[in-house]
Amino acid sequence: MRYVTVFILSLIFWLLLTFRITLPNLIVGSVASIICSAVFTRFFIKNVYKLLQPHRYYWFIIYLFVFIWECIKANIDVAYRVLHPAMPIRPGIVKVRTTLKSDLARTLLANSITMTPGTITIDIIGDYLYIHWIYVRSEDPEIYTRMITGAFEKYIKKIIE
Amino acid sequence: MLSLIFITTGIIFNLLGCIGIIRLPDTYNRLQAATKCVTLGCCSILFGVVLHFGLNDAGAKALVAIPILFFGSTVAAHALIRGTYHFGIKLGKKSVKDDYKEAIK
Repeated sequence: MRYVTVFILSLIFWLLLTFRITLPNLIVGSVASIICSAVFTRFFIKNVYKLLQPHRYYWFIIYLFVFIWECIKANIDVAYRVLHPAMPIRPGIVKVRTTLKSDLARTLLANSITMTPGTITIDIIGDYLYIHWIYVRSEDPEIYTRMITGAFEKYIKKIIE
Repeated sequence: MLSLIFITTGIIFNLLGCIGIIRLPDTYNRLQAATKCVTLGCCSILFGVVLHFGLNDAGAKALVAIPILFFGSTVAAHALIRGTYHFGIKLGKKSVKDDYKEAIK
């Protein structure tokens, strides 16, 4: 079942990319999708039936808007630091604990953190994310954990877990 | 018209990202500017292209390119910053905190 899902998703992707429904195109796309599903299915999510639950998509769309908003804020923040003559930066690497368990959820969280104001994920070791922060606002782990992961963790939990 | 606004915003963000790469003091901070500004800048330009062409073959390609660019650039930033640290490049002088040092001993 997982193989079939990966096959269908790659075929949809191929059709969007070529945007032409003709027989040769479909044959080439199917061959490419079979190769993709054979090679990459082991990295795909374990329980594909989760893809059929509509409330996950609902949360995903809300998450998308939250994310775009955070992303724009991130850009204005970095632009401000870059253009300010005195360059107000206070960089450092902080350690943040996550409650998410699955690999996909952690990947999504790490990517979201990378796109939010002033933070880049460096590594994940055990339950901890190591994050480079351009302006360390607080020394207290409780507060900065909430500042960094707070906006996303609850949505990602609802989408994936 | 709307597409022009998005493309102009994208170019301005790309320019800010480039200024950031020149002005910020060390590799880690430069990567911050390089990932954020340049990713949103390029996504904004691509979205402008989608609005300009509508949903034909060019527009669909631009629309598909946005998530690819997003995941590609975040994963690249992650790999680069981790590689930089493991290669042994020190954090800049202004840095206040380093929790990662103990973790990889």
